[in-house]
Amino acid sequence: MLKAVLKAESLIALGLMGLSVYFMWHAVELPTTWDGRRGPGGGAFPFWLSAIMLAASTGVLVRTVLAEVRLPDPRPFFEPGMIGPVVAVTLALTITIALMSVVGTYVAVPLFMLWYLRFFGRNSWRVTVPLVVGTPIVLFFFFEVALLILLPKGITEPLFFPLYAIFF
Amino acid sequence: MEVLSLLGQGFATSLLPLNIGIVIVGVTLGLFIGAMPGLGSVNGVAIVLPLTFIVPPASAIIFLAALYYGAMYGGAISSILLGIPGSSTAVATTFDGRPMAQQGRAGLALIAAAVASFVGGTISVVLFTVFAMPLAELALKFGPAENFALVLLAFTTFVGLGGDDAFKTVAMICLGLVLSTVGLDLISGQPRLIFFDMPGFYAGISFLVLAIGVYGIGEVLWTVERSKVEPTVTPAKVTWAEMRAGFAVLSRTWKTMGVGSVMGFFVGMLPAAGATPASLMAYGIAKSTSREPDSFGKGNVEGVVAPETANNAASTGSLLPMLSLGIPGSPTTALLLGGMVMWGLTPGPMLFVEQADFVWGLISSLYTANLAAVLINLALIPVFVWALRMPFTVLCTLVLVLCIVGGFAPDQRMHDVWLILAFGVVGYLLRKADYPLAPLVLALVLGPVMERSFRQALISAQGDVTTFVTRPLSATFIGLALLFFMLPLLSRLWARRGGSRAA
Repeated sequence: MLKAVLKAESLIALGLMGLSVYFMWHAVELPTTWDGRRGPGGGAFPFWLSAIMLAASTGVLVRTVLAEVRLPDPRPFFEPGMIGPVVAVTLALTITIALMSVVGTYVAVPLFMLWYLRFFGRNSWRVTVPLVVGTPIVLFFFFEVALLILLPKGITEPLFFPLYAIFF
Repeated sequence: MEVLSLLGQGFATSLLPLNIGIVIVGVTLGLFIGAMPGLGSVNGVAIVLPLTFIVPPASAIIFLAALYYGAMYGGAISSILLGIPGSSTAVATTFDGRPMAQQGRAGLALIAAAVASFVGGTISVVLFTVFAMPLAELALKFGPAENFALVLLAFTTFVGLGGDDAFKTVAMICLGLVLSTVGLDLISGQPRLIFFDMPGFYAGISFLVLAIGVYGIGEVLWTVERSKVEPTVTPAKVTWAEMRAGFAVLSRTWKTMGVGSVMGFFVGMLPAAGATPASLMAYGIAKSTSREPDSFGKGNVEGVVAPETANNAASTGSLLPMLSLGIPGSPTTALLLGGMVMWGLTPGPMLFVEQADFVWGLISSLYTANLAAVLINLALIPVFVWALRMPFTVLCTLVLVLCIVGGFAPDQRMHDVWLILAFGVVGYLLRKADYPLAPLVLALVLGPVMERSFRQALISAQGDVTTFVTRPLSATFIGLALLFFMLPLLSRLWARRGGSRAA
């Protein structure tokens, strides 16, 4: 029984149940009741939809656990040996996004690409270097020069002052 | 005849040099995105949408529609050359496309796919032109009650026809709808669901953030887990002689093309159906009506023609309810709808009245996009063969960088970029556990429409719920919605009764 509850599918259903309770707890900050002449209050829509979501994900959980108790599914949720790369890419993305506000997009993005292309993807330097160098340049001209959208630069902001002077 | 003059005026817009250029760039980009294994029209539109700020709104929509078309054509290329469908809409194309390539007939398969896509696209655009106005005129009579009932109907088709688990579908619809209520209450303006008191949530959760997360980052994580071995590309050369021979073969498949186009168009209009089931159904019909059904799956050219006409026709079909009712028929059109709202255009019947120039410009550009797609597709086949040799990791890196930077660009908030990452990981896990993601994205886009029309209808009826069932059109939609919602239950009961009788 416990093993069936701890299966990935059950855990995901449990997560959705938790999420819907959290949503309901937030939704009651606004009136959820029916105001006779004006219909439901601002909290009603999120509250009752979360309630339906809770019911539906409970249904998924019950069915998963029952099916698992009756006939355990031997297939693993993640392909063996492939969960490592997925976690690695997720971690690298987290670090990159965190770095964007600290050292800026134009340091974080090339670092990420260098790691992904060369060390994760094992591409040759001939493929890696042009992409790592070229992408930030294209990003700069597309977003900053053409669209006037300033990407986060963090502490590297002063380095861009001369470029701003040229293009704006 | 009024339609023809409106279409003529539309061509005046779509044949402007800027718009022709935009169609060509959009179609080419779409072809490449579609040809990449794993990436389809919905990924392409999600990733590229933030980049379209560079052109005026009307051109941006034309660009995205062209990209959508290009991606539908391109899906067949990797199905044939790699044996891996470019996206789920091109799965049926692998059944016969791959065997043809292995027999050395990759060139013919590619020609057949391109021409079939063109026929499917063109027939469906004509149908679109005919049906758009009457549907929009009908929709002009809709009040809030009808709009609510229609959105409800759209969601219940996922439960009844989506083919996914009903509990999981309902959970995803509700999750999307609840996420759409984050921010300020539509009627009273009070803040609600401001998680962890983060100021970023006051502006709500943009459909783009969810879409880039799920279809950009989530898709890459999905690919990373699956891409243990690099696939092999089948070489393909297309010569003039082969082209001529191809047209001769294809001229004998007109019946399959006709059936695929018309059926694809109508299946595509349904929110839960769309291009994937349409292509599978067309394949099934072609096989069962064929004189030699056994040759299907072994490299019959009709097995490529049928799904390719149907999936292109379906993608046009799904544009119809989006444009004339404001209810998208697929995740990709939901993103187009979100994009239009972002640019200040409200899809729906009023668009045909207030922005007739734009609407007909867009419709006529579908004709030009189709023509551009078939020509560019045939001309660039050698380039696709070369591009498919690109390592997965290069593609993944570029997509991830575009997701992060493109997600930041529209509102320039790091808050959105973090949300994209979170949605990417959650979307990947949900997809692994067989939760359907299309209703989630559709619900986030349609949530505000649903809540606003529900509450407006009740305010104007002074709190009387029966307003939804006393108005004939609204009652019809609600009745249909109930039917779709009960469909999984009914079919189970049916099966049980049939089963017990047999036993």
